Amino acid sequence: MTNTAPEGRRTGLTRNLAAKIATLPMIATALVVFLGGTIWTVVYSFTNSKLLPKLNFVGLAQYRRLWSTERWLVSVDNLMIYGICMLILSLVIGFVLAALMDQKIRFENVFRTIYLYPFALSFIVTGLVWQWILNPEFGVQKVVRSLGFTDFIFDPLYDQQIVIFGILIAAVWQGTGLIMCIMLAGLRGIDEDIWKAARVDGIPTWKTYVFIIIPMMRPVFITALVLIGSAIVKVYDLVVAQTGGGPGIASEVPAKYVYQVMFTAQNLGQGFAASTMMLIPVIILVIPWAYLEFSGKRRHG
Amino acid sequence: MADTLRIEGAVTPEGPHGRKPRRALSRRNIMIYGVLLLAAFYYILPLYVMVVTSLKGMPEIRLGNIFSPPVEITFEPWVKAWSEACTGLNCDGLSRGFWNSVLITVPSVLISIAVASINGYALANWRFKGSDVFFTILIVGAFIPYQVMLYPMVIILRELGIYGTLAGLIVVHTVFGMPILTLLFRNYFTSLPEELFKAARVDGAGFWGIYLHIMLPMAVPIMVVAMILQVTGIWNDFLFGVVFTRPDYYPMTVQLNNIVNSVQGVKEYNVNMAATILTGAVPLAVYFFSGRYFVRGIAAGAVKG
Repeated sequence: MTNTAPEGRRTGLTRNLAAKIATLPMIATALVVFLGGTIWTVVYSFTNSKLLPKLNFVGLAQYRRLWSTERWLVSVDNLMIYGICMLILSLVIGFVLAALMDQKIRFENVFRTIYLYPFALSFIVTGLVWQWILNPEFGVQKVVRSLGFTDFIFDPLYDQQIVIFGILIAAVWQGTGLIMCIMLAGLRGIDEDIWKAARVDGIPTWKTYVFIIIPMMRPVFITALVLIGSAIVKVYDLVVAQTGGGPGIASEVPAKYVYQVMFTAQNLGQGFAASTMMLIPVIILVIPWAYLEFSGKRRHG
Repeated sequence: MADTLRIEGAVTPEGPHGRKPRRALSRRNIMIYGVLLLAAFYYILPLYVMVVTSLKGMPEIRLGNIFSPPVEITFEPWVKAWSEACTGLNCDGLSRGFWNSVLITVPSVLISIAVASINGYALANWRFKGSDVFFTILIVGAFIPYQVMLYPMVIILRELGIYGTLAGLIVVHTVFGMPILTLLFRNYFTSLPEELFKAARVDGAGFWGIYLHIMLPMAVPIMVVAMILQVTGIWNDFLFGVVFTRPDYYPMTVQLNNIVNSVQGVKEYNVNMAATILTGAVPLAVYFFSGRYFVRGIAAGAVKG
């Protein structure tokens, strides 16, 4: 090979050697932990590993068992209900609050501080506070009853049918502030002229939002969607703190199922199969987005 | 559609700018502030309930209303939560968890930021063949549920001989914080003028020289953002604390959960709420003092998983 590089410049592996050495932690993380770890888990999900990982392939047996386990089925149901509600509520509440905040209001900073502070808290803190507020013996139910409505029932954390909505109340409390902030940034990025034009044409404000502003904010909505979506799949600490998966197994979620079979029941193969299933929504949601965002257009350099 | 609108807007004769002046108490304003205040009420309520409950004695809690302010203020629950609350056989309160969390958070924040800033710098200024591939894997990896990588991580740490130790947990936080931080630093360094880098190159500065003498001093604002992100993120972590440490090293969040959700003994709700506030105090303080930096942090890190 002819060396056309200017004098003093090395080619091949030694080019930018310092940069390569300096980014070894990143390369190792990307290749060994993220890529390697994921492949490893998927491969071992086809084995009958129990206490220790063993390469004893049993085909789809773990998956068959998984999908006939009551606890897992409940977990998946819960995640679906929680996920759909969380997605809709976060987007709607986040957008409405952002739209109201964008009306040149006073005390904008105060409102923003109030809406966003729960996001700084741990899910454990959030779960425990709402566990206390929703406690039927002391919380909202008791207060309303003491006002004279003695038949009033509001005990979502103790009712198997609706426990997941009790968790939803806490999750919305913690998460919508972030979505509001992102939406507000999106709204602020919209050209003032568009509003003027819409007003000149006599388009009602709500119609301007629905047909002009929201379509223009597509990238913001996609970012919000990806954020909410990946947070939904990961929901774990909140459930542990708020209900511990109870009453019974009524509020179990997949992330908790994985932890339980892997580290408590020490049934590794089953845990790997369950965590592999958790990858599917992520692949559907994130890979197309990441492709659009990071591979298409390159910024600078 | 937007373009046609803009043109139409431009054609209209120039009138006064801005909105029509409005009366303070128009129906529109009542609606806007009404909804905003209602929402603010929902967001502020739990903090209020936490504080109020933690200042009451147990008899008052049993008889009273969780929303009513304390009749007799007592700080005993706080003292008890800090130094006497029990987890299992240990009855030395949350203080142990607090110091564990400090011990975990400080080195994790420093190391993860050091590693990520070097990554970001290399990706912005010293790109090499394959660097973008690694970066893409890193970003996609941020969205993989941690459960998928938990066990491989356990094996890696065990092979390194640091499973169950503080060092192990620091590695875990550095690894899983890397995507968002690297993205943050890469974007920041990319936005700096390239001439700066080129001039330093011409002067003969190398990889580390430019990093230490030029890039690092310029990266202070983004360092603050990264610091806020990491301090709150690592302090609030629960899963890694449970999986990767022994009970002696349990961080505050894990200990808090053990105290509150323990099945033994009489439930002392005031102590529980005091413990909850104590655990939330550090990230809340960071949030209230950092203000706009916090907002910038989450806006910049909007892809955090």
